[in-house]
Amino acid sequence: MSRVPAVVVAGPGTNRDRDVAAALELAGASARIVLASELVADPAVLDGARLAVVAGGFSYADSLGAGRMLALDLAVGLGDRLRSFVDAGRPVLGICNGFQVLTRTGLLPGALGHNAQGHFDCRWVVLEADRSSVSVWTAGVDDPIHCPIAHGEGRYVHPDPGALARNGQVALRYRSTNPNGSVDDIAGVCDPSGVVLGLMPHPENHIVARQHPHHRRGGGGERHLGLRLFDNGVRHAKEL
Amino acid sequence: MSPRHRLTIRTLDRDPRATALVNAAGHLGITLPATVDVADLVFVDGPLGDDDRRRLHEVLVDPLLQRGTWELPSSPGVEITLLPGVTDTAADAVRHAADQLGIAVDAAATGRRVEFGGDVSADVADEIVRRLVANPVIERWSEGTIDPPHIDAPDHDGPTVETITIRDLDDDGLLALDEQRSLSLDIEELRELRAEYRRLGRDITDVEIEVFAQTWSEHCAHKTFRAAIEAVGEPDGDRTVTPLLAQLRECTESIDAPFVRSAFVGNAGVIEFTSGTTIALKAETHNHPSAVEPFGGANTGVGGVIRDVLGIAHRPIAVTDILCFGPADLPIARLPDGALHPRRIREGVIDGVADYGNKIGLPTVAGAILYDPAYTTNPLVFAGCIGTAPSRPLHDGPFPGDRVVVIGGATGRDGIRGATFSSATMDATTGEVAGASVQIGDPIVEKLLIDALVGAEDLYSAITDCGAGGLSSAIGEMAEGIGADVELDLVPRKYPGLDPWEVWLSEAQERMVVAVPPQHLAALRARCERVGVELADLGAFTGLGQLVVRSAGTVVADIDTTFLHDGRPQRSMVAAPPTPNRTESVGRTVADPAATLLRLLAHPNIASKAATIHRYDHEILGATVVRPLVGVAADGPADGVVLADPTAAEGIAVGIGVNPWYGLHDAEAMAYAVVDEAIRNVVAVGADPDRVALLDNFSWGDPRRESTLGELVQAVEGCCGAARMYNAPFVSGKDSLNNEYLGSDGERHAVPPTLVITAVAHVPDVDHCVTPDLAEAGNALLLVGETGTDFAGSHLDLVLGAPKQPGVAPPPVPDAPADYRHLHAAIRAGIVESCHDLSEGGLAVAIAEMCIGGRLGADIEQLPHDDVTTALFAESSGRLIVEVQPRRVAAFLKVMDGRAQRIGTVTHDASLRFPGVDPVPLAALVDAFDGGGA
Repeated sequence: MSRVPAVVVAGPGTNRDRDVAAALELAGASARIVLASELVADPAVLDGARLAVVAGGFSYADSLGAGRMLALDLAVGLGDRLRSFVDAGRPVLGICNGFQVLTRTGLLPGALGHNAQGHFDCRWVVLEADRSSVSVWTAGVDDPIHCPIAHGEGRYVHPDPGALARNGQVALRYRSTNPNGSVDDIAGVCDPSGVVLGLMPHPENHIVARQHPHHRRGGGGERHLGLRLFDNGVRHAKEL
Repeated sequence: MSPRHRLTIRTLDRDPRATALVNAAGHLGITLPATVDVADLVFVDGPLGDDDRRRLHEVLVDPLLQRGTWELPSSPGVEITLLPGVTDTAADAVRHAADQLGIAVDAAATGRRVEFGGDVSADVADEIVRRLVANPVIERWSEGTIDPPHIDAPDHDGPTVETITIRDLDDDGLLALDEQRSLSLDIEELRELRAEYRRLGRDITDVEIEVFAQTWSEHCAHKTFRAAIEAVGEPDGDRTVTPLLAQLRECTESIDAPFVRSAFVGNAGVIEFTSGTTIALKAETHNHPSAVEPFGGANTGVGGVIRDVLGIAHRPIAVTDILCFGPADLPIARLPDGALHPRRIREGVIDGVADYGNKIGLPTVAGAILYDPAYTTNPLVFAGCIGTAPSRPLHDGPFPGDRVVVIGGATGRDGIRGATFSSATMDATTGEVAGASVQIGDPIVEKLLIDALVGAEDLYSAITDCGAGGLSSAIGEMAEGIGADVELDLVPRKYPGLDPWEVWLSEAQERMVVAVPPQHLAALRARCERVGVELADLGAFTGLGQLVVRSAGTVVADIDTTFLHDGRPQRSMVAAPPTPNRTESVGRTVADPAATLLRLLAHPNIASKAATIHRYDHEILGATVVRPLVGVAADGPADGVVLADPTAAEGIAVGIGVNPWYGLHDAEAMAYAVVDEAIRNVVAVGADPDRVALLDNFSWGDPRRESTLGELVQAVEGCCGAARMYNAPFVSGKDSLNNEYLGSDGERHAVPPTLVITAVAHVPDVDHCVTPDLAEAGNALLLVGETGTDFAGSHLDLVLGAPKQPGVAPPPVPDAPADYRHLHAAIRAGIVESCHDLSEGGLAVAIAEMCIGGRLGADIEQLPHDDVTTALFAESSGRLIVEVQPRRVAAFLKVMDGRAQRIGTVTHDASLRFPGVDPVPLAALVDAFDGGGA
């Protein structure tokens, strides 16, 4: 069976691109890391992919607001192509800085503000998929996902989170600990069609069981892998 | 001049910087009103129309988070911008945005604005800004609106080259020249220089004299570590000491460690534990810069050590940091003139480390934070980096004809004379005069450098980083014995008006120099263009032996590289090693061991560092198998950390050893103890004690004081002795001397002898690592190693006060290497459930930390020493607590060759019990440990 061609989009300062590529490969995709500038120069690269992930990091050093410059690069450089990619039902994932980018391009609702605690924070969190969500990435994920956060601007802001939930767009919530003051404990949201997902935590850093901090104490395990999100996305892309 | 526009951006929710400011002011005893607000400022010069402003506004202001205005603010406030020449990366982003939007912009700058509201007087506002917000070393500020912010290049008369008539100067003239140009050279060195230019029959240019000052600086030449030293006053009579660097090298050569690929050569040490993959390791200090500009100093310290690893052709994979600060609760009244408060230094340094590591995308994994009043004016910042690469022969260029290529950021007037600054004693004026010596890092550019250079190893013949001394140091070192001819005018500039010597010496960050065979230049250029990093071809390595630097059509330096590197007269120094007490041990008596344990756990050196660790991304790359925090609530301290690719079977462990308080009593014993601690840390987590490589970092006072140099000699001898004892070679190191501060009272304040040892070791089976958190009630607790009455420099003394006769510091433990081999065998056999080393605070603190990690109790039934205080709090080296299932105790003891003692049992009872001591509730342990740290 052929592997799903996937692109991992990176900008200057993106730094979890290789982590995402490793997760995609483990989930059965064939991942290629491309720079936004390369995508702009050769948009056929995007057309050839069945799945796209905008990876995390500090594109343009987060200067003047996380994700804004990379979002501008993609919006100006790719124009409607990203939209068409989504309209064709091809799954798109934005993680951390990638989430911030996707909200700024308008593919996802809301915005990400400074953490309530006022600084960067790196710790493990537990995520619960909202069963009423239309996201293809979280469909059937019944067990909590365990993975780390690592961000300073991850407080999800939306003027009407209730409406968002009713529309099936709240994909993931922080369980027990809300690490950044996000409204309604929202960790990840999707577009109305469910093919675009953005989340602040890093499922790509929990793709094998031993990465779990409690692995030695019998914690974590296959059911809680962040890899499950990638499995879902790749499966969906394969079925297109 | 084009019209100037300014956009003020405020957050809708309270800006976290405002909250931080109110808190920080509170620590200074100033109550600020809740109305304090912080806003961002963007300045744009250019003919912007309304539509241009609207579109820029749209990109720079998110309506869900912020509001922005192009109007001038009407309320009072203080505005801060960077000084001319200081890198403004946010301004780059503004220019990028304008570019993408097709808006013509001539110049951009950024700043911030603090509004106090309420009835804060102008004086208080100024004090707050001066002490907590702005740093005069890199910033300027003014009340009201700041105008004009300095957007354009600094004024300058245009490039000039001076010549200095060094041949005609007498000794006084040489010293005056030294002072005038801040050369920090000795009179012997100045005389040698004068003799050389008399031989050459010409005057010296300013470029040349700066090259010599940089190359011959303590920072670059390690004059003390290469000096001829006469040790005097020891019981066995005077003796000649082998130069310290040679001792360390000879020590490594004498150790049979087949995994060493390169030691004490180039930018970092290189080892190979697993065939096919080499590991590069390096640790650096960035002390002086961190004292005057904590954020920038620590930031560029991390950036520099990452480039060291990149500069030996390895991909950086992890960062370490060891930080030493003055007490966070130091009263303002006791703060020496010109020094920043330890709390501010700490915040800035931690922010600086976090900012660089997090942004460049490397996990900050191992470290330590130490507090002592002696670090108030001389904070210490040790940053380390580890990298990996597929095995290949080390680069052996450059060769004649190779191009001299610089890659990375543009050059500005940053960090001029950093190498000489770092080699000098500081005083109250250092912050002002050192302004140009401090740089601000740009981790994104360095990330691009990594992207451009990793994978390009076949395109260059030699590589090095631009660190202290800038191009002068990098190209000067590469050209040693071969020579180079470079055109300075081809160096990319941040702004015009730099003098040639400034370009040549600038320590602008994020630059690498590579020697590129001409046929590979196009390929390397293409890689750089792909990621968006600048490449400049400055000239060629010549094979003629001369370092020739040209600018504006003339030769501005022409130096014999052999003289440059070998012409410095060897320094002759005298050391007076102290005579430590090693025989008369002195015990301690503690009235209330339980309360003392809680005080120790709450001591800032021992208490949880979780708040800091969470500021660092330690998860990126997915390779951190054992994290710096472990246990049920992820708040227990780990010994070593373990790194391994997600699907790899083998990995590496990193451990740190540091204890300056032992050094105050016995520098040689300290060296043994910290080497032991670093190795014990990695062994405890599952690393192989026969595959350990070490890094040394010495931060010392002024070595011209004979007693200070004597301690340094003893510490180096201790390092070598310990390395031989453990069969663990040093592969790289760094010394930072003159960590002293000349107070306005004329008193010199020196740091205590601070030796940091980093151990990097092979972990053969990553799936079976061991951590210190207790696993299960009912398990047996055993102690490896022996407990003696070793209290000098102990944390018990830090908490309760030291007696006049403190006794002995923990002595070397010759049995430890064998014990560690046995313990490793037990871990490999799967017998060990948890394991923790004993360090500051002794047995009591170690078992308490294990209880905290596992949220379990422990019943210590058998003390390892007749004296309860010694048993609980002495800090003898070579000891570990091991948790073993009861049915496997016999097996464990067999593997250990009987060298372990059963001391107690893990319990469900939520308390820690010692014989004859009130039980200490687990909750009290957790509260003390989690409440005392930072």
